[in-house]
Amino acid sequence: MSADAAAAVADIPDGATIMIGGFGGVGVPHALIRALNERALKNLTIIANGTGARQGRPSSVEAHMVAKAIVSFPISPSPRPDDPFEEGYESGGIALEIVPQGTLAERIRAGGAGITAFYTPTGVGTPFAEGKELREIDGRLCLLEHALRADFALIRAFRADAMGNLVYRNAARNFNPMMATAARVTIAEVGEVVEAGALDPEAIVTPGIFVDRVVVVGGGNGR
Amino acid sequence: MRVAAEIPSGAYVNLGIGMPTLVADFVPPERGVVFHAENGVLGTGPFPEPGHEIPDLVNAGGQATTLVLGASFMDSAQSFAIVRGGHLDVAVLGGLQVSARGDLANWRRADRKAGSIGGAADIAAGAKRLFVAMEHTTRDGHPKIVRECTYPLTGVRVVDMVFTDLAVIRVDSGRLVLEEVAPGWSAKEVQHLTEAPLLVSPQLREMTL
Repeated sequence: MSADAAAAVADIPDGATIMIGGFGGVGVPHALIRALNERALKNLTIIANGTGARQGRPSSVEAHMVAKAIVSFPISPSPRPDDPFEEGYESGGIALEIVPQGTLAERIRAGGAGITAFYTPTGVGTPFAEGKELREIDGRLCLLEHALRADFALIRAFRADAMGNLVYRNAARNFNPMMATAARVTIAEVGEVVEAGALDPEAIVTPGIFVDRVVVVGGGNGR
Repeated sequence: MRVAAEIPSGAYVNLGIGMPTLVADFVPPERGVVFHAENGVLGTGPFPEPGHEIPDLVNAGGQATTLVLGASFMDSAQSFAIVRGGHLDVAVLGGLQVSARGDLANWRRADRKAGSIGGAADIAAGAKRLFVAMEHTTRDGHPKIVRECTYPLTGVRVVDMVFTDLAVIRVDSGRLVLEEVAPGWSAKEVQHLTEAPLLVSPQLREMTL
């Protein structure tokens, strides 16, 4: 258990690869992101579903800290001139790898599961196939995709127990459980911690084996 | 509304963000259709009344939503197992362009340096039936149903049916078949606003809404 968010992210270095959970503004580790932004790091690679700020609430890593983004939703459907990430992508200041969301989810899952690479039909014949091995398997064309791993994962869960087991709430689950498995250090921001045994073993979504640090930020799951 | 009429009873359906989400309003609850949201919810219900939002319960567009009885949550890997593994009966996506052979482009416009694909490429690859719901032409009057897509593709030969404000078109073995026209429109007028050649169905009829 970390005392606070700042302590939990204190050892993240420049150039780190960081996975950040969240989708549609929920399941976002807001406190950890704020603490990360305070560090004023450089040249980070961010792996997330998206990088944009949502609904006026800062839920994003500072764009000037980011050298590369691996995301499925880099920009909003209508142009946002005040989005520093969009500006970074346009100018080339932030390298961008756009990944279909299902492929992104599976690459992260594979990264935590020891699956080095896999074939998927998603993206065949589109720009997402560029530079990738194309193979016909059982009569279907597929692309070779590689696992994604990170140095750190910042995730948001609803509740942890003393063993680091996690449960989530509603749609706030999304990328968090896979990211929890795929980083060298997984830092979970939670609303509360309960004693070991208080969580039903049937209901635990992320076993504590994947979780390294837990930060309690009261007041529910964001939003 | 016309798209909703095409969704069979008990189907598992994914609706893309934007225009496709409106389809849910026209599917009567008695039909037992189960809506899947790619962010990890199976069994989304109608939008909540203002002030009655449920914490952390949103659809793929980040809008507050509700649940129907028997709903479940899952992480994104399992959500896309549903999508990619061929478990969705119907998916409805928006479109920038649809080509004569059923290619779909819907994630990046020409005037922007980047685009957001989200789950669309997986949905295009995995849905048993893919419907595209879009305007028939752009705001400037250019056809969106084209011979070949000029925008970056979401999927190749993935579209089964196209529903526009003017027409219902079925993709059949790489050809576009005009099945229905909007009230007051003729096949000739619709073809005039369509760049790709349309085969006119012998059973051509007016859309009933």
